[in-house]
Amino acid sequence: MAMTEVLTTAGKPQAAKAPARWQDFVQLLKPRVMSLVVFTGLTGLVCAGTPVHPVLAAVAVLCIAVGAGASGALNMWYDADIDAKMRRTRGRPVPAGRVQGADALALGVVLSLFSVMLMGMALNWLAAGLLAFTILFYAVVYTMWLKRWTAQNIVIGGLAGALPPVIGWAAASGSVPLNAWLLCAIIFLWTPPHFWALSLYTSEDYKKAGVPMMPLVAGAASTRKQILIYSLMFTPLCMAPALTGLGGPFYLAVAALGGLVFLLLAFRLYRSHAGETGAQRNDDGLYDVRAGAKDARNLFAFSILYLTLLFATLLIEHLMAIKPLELS
Amino acid sequence: MSDPARESVTEAKARRGRNIALALGLVLFVVLVFVVTIVRLGGNVANRPF
Repeated sequence: MAMTEVLTTAGKPQAAKAPARWQDFVQLLKPRVMSLVVFTGLTGLVCAGTPVHPVLAAVAVLCIAVGAGASGALNMWYDADIDAKMRRTRGRPVPAGRVQGADALALGVVLSLFSVMLMGMALNWLAAGLLAFTILFYAVVYTMWLKRWTAQNIVIGGLAGALPPVIGWAAASGSVPLNAWLLCAIIFLWTPPHFWALSLYTSEDYKKAGVPMMPLVAGAASTRKQILIYSLMFTPLCMAPALTGLGGPFYLAVAALGGLVFLLLAFRLYRSHAGETGAQRNDDGLYDVRAGAKDARNLFAFSILYLTLLFATLLIEHLMAIKPLELS
Repeated sequence: MSDPARESVTEAKARRGRNIALALGLVLFVVLVFVVTIVRLGGNVANRPF
């Protein structure tokens, strides 16, 4: 932990508030989330199959990245109160006192306007409109409304994380056909098993902050059941791009094999006691879990790998011009 | 007890870092708009009808 960070743990001395460094403002943009958004947005842009000037393609990806960063800054501004209560987030610049909330808000608004306007002027206004919708949906609908109100928060709010490939596709081609929405649907259905698996072993944090995550509202058993149901819908959908001319033979193989592993892990999680009292994590580390919650961690980790592999395979197939499967 | 002189040095260093980052961001923005304009216009300026 950096010396300058304000220590909020009870019993530990509280250091003086350090002045904001430029790195704190970078942290407001959630660089790790941004990298995943850039990856899926780039996949959408390449899969569109429309030739785009390399500079404009880079600008489109930059706009998607900056838009995602702006959403992150707005989220950190609004959620500073609950971030301060959770171990995972209490070191963030605003709750730690390194950045003023108003500065985080200003950064979010300025970067939102910058990314949307540049996308509109450099690429097209359909992509710009979709980017503006995504930022507003994440910052207003998810952060300000759904997150504190309903256990379906990450299900509906997941739309914001699912739209980047559609934005990339629109930036390249000026249109959003069925295949673009298919990529969106894949991420949309991936979100609930991914986040609920995580929340099964981090629900103590959410409880402290008063965020109504599914395990707290419906219980661990119901959450595990819903994870299995979503997984049963998600894994067949992952194979659909191979049927619509978007994915080729390698994609089909990755989707099928990975889907089987995903289903197996979801079923093992369903049969486990993850998330129940006595199976919670200890305090040794953020993602340390006891044996009972190991199945939840396995699904959480594999879900990231699976989505990455799916999009990476699509990206490589399109960059190498590997032909999609002929079904007729 | 915190040392005011040392605090001001730390603050000045942090401010300098923020200012440099902001300056670089602004320069990058200007270059970006210029390059995008050139790419979007292509040869249309040189070939425009008089």
